[in-house]
Amino acid sequence: MTVKLNFKIDGNDFTRAGEASGEVKRVLKELGLPSDVIRNVSIALYEGEINMYLHANGGQIEVAVSPDAVGMVLTDSGPGIENVALAMKEGYSTADDNIRSLGFGAGMGLPNIKKYTDHMMIETEVGVGTTIRLKVYIK
Amino acid sequence: MNIENHSVRLREDKCKGCMNCIKRCPTEAIRVRNGKAYIIHERCIDCGECIRVCPYHAKRAERDTLDLLEGYKHKIALPAPALYGQFNNLDDIDRVLTAFKMIGFNDIFEVSKGAELISEATRILLKRGELKKPVISSACPAACRLIRVRFPGLISNVLDLISPMEEAARLARIKAQEETGLSQEEIGVFFITPCPAKITAIRQPIGLAKSYINGALAIKDVYPKLLEHMNHLEDTKPLRESGIIGVGWASSGGESAALLREHYIAVDGVENIIKVLEEIEDEKLTNVDFVELNACTGGCVGGVLCAENPFIARSRLQRLRKYLPVSCNHLESDEIPEAMNWTTSLKELSVLKLAENVEEALELMSKLNSISEHLPGLDCGTCGAPTCRALAEDIVRGIASESDCIFHARDEAGNPSFEGPLPPPFRKPSEEGPQ
Repeated sequence: MTVKLNFKIDGNDFTRAGEASGEVKRVLKELGLPSDVIRNVSIALYEGEINMYLHANGGQIEVAVSPDAVGMVLTDSGPGIENVALAMKEGYSTADDNIRSLGFGAGMGLPNIKKYTDHMMIETEVGVGTTIRLKVYIK
Repeated sequence: MNIENHSVRLREDKCKGCMNCIKRCPTEAIRVRNGKAYIIHERCIDCGECIRVCPYHAKRAERDTLDLLEGYKHKIALPAPALYGQFNNLDDIDRVLTAFKMIGFNDIFEVSKGAELISEATRILLKRGELKKPVISSACPAACRLIRVRFPGLISNVLDLISPMEEAARLARIKAQEETGLSQEEIGVFFITPCPAKITAIRQPIGLAKSYINGALAIKDVYPKLLEHMNHLEDTKPLRESGIIGVGWASSGGESAALLREHYIAVDGVENIIKVLEEIEDEKLTNVDFVELNACTGGCVGGVLCAENPFIARSRLQRLRKYLPVSCNHLESDEIPEAMNWTTSLKELSVLKLAENVEEALELMSKLNSISEHLPGLDCGTCGAPTCRALAEDIVRGIASESDCIFHARDEAGNPSFEGPLPPPFRKPSEEGPQ
């Protein structure tokens, strides 16, 4: 049995970042998953949501919960990532001063997503968009 | 939790079965069934919000009366500092404390004394740096219960010291025994409470097996009796033994300010607490050492058993400060007395889980989602559940049915006069003007 959840992320209002990860967290709590799994999923998703606001003007999140793992697919049609290896480096950010003044753009987004998930795969094409596939295992 | 342990209760005869309480309960713990509200006790955190919003006064905080004093030889009042904010133009707390002696108490032990000691112990613990950050205060029992129900992952952040109320009661008992030679059974300790959550915390203590307190009287019940005597006091006795730090605990921010350090936040109101706890859970709240939580707006002065509104009470307490020393109570050393530590830990209350094992829960969640899609999403509450999603949850838990939704019932009845979106468009005003 798998439970699927879908969210469309509106890219126009950054204060709404966290709505999708918050909703996912609520569902995971009702499913009775261990708190560390819930925390890892919601931190990774929140970072993903923020990235969609900052770089891609929104996107889509699909979450699939099965008895052994929480799978997440984050898709956007933003500018794509030119150098994935560089983007994965802690502290590297392409965010402009406006974004930094909001407290974002510390260059920890992708590294944090990696840190809090068991599996991470990035598919990206400049000018087309980015898809990130994530998995957190339920031990 | 056993229903007898909860302070918040329903008076069935007064309940009209309206939607006010179910919509405002922060833990979705109330349903209307068979025309009456029903509290799901496992979910209730005793915050008192339903008491506050019920227009028919059908919700009540179960509490004790002064008659209870009769069962004890030596009676001690433990006034919460919020009490001092209830009186107009009060400039001497001794007037309040002296009046307690005229309504049947032998002695008074201020909860603010306990608060000053708990503040000092907290300062020592924070200085030692062994606590998991951010440290979450444990003084508000409604907040503690909210954590147990909705944020079990944060239980290890909760400060494991007993509350000022229990610390005051513990010390009051030691003092009374020394002074009177009576046995503990003959000594009655009564908390003068601003809220129902503290009453529940006496019946079901937080961090200790048995409370040091025998009963709880509401501030708003005691207030008129005290006032009567305060107006005719010939002289006051010097009973006040606490200062700004202890009395400050009555308002939101007081417990934090008493820590004498930066990097804290003080959060009041259940909805705000939920938002902040979500952020802590997601590790979004960085650079904060201490988080003070008060379920009531304004802190304890906002408790539903207070007589005065929280904003006025707070401003009166501010005024009182200028007559007070900083603190009157100190620990004997940097060692925290053993009795201040919790002897039992907070336990998770897994009332939100749909099922014990994940596979079963997934089945139910999948059903819940598909039921949810077919409900109107208006959250009207007519089915007795606060939201359409809560109804869907009740259905999969087996305590409600889809036909409880009046829109569902309307479609099944096929009555054409019910067709189209509800409510109807604005009626046209009649030619004769308003009726």
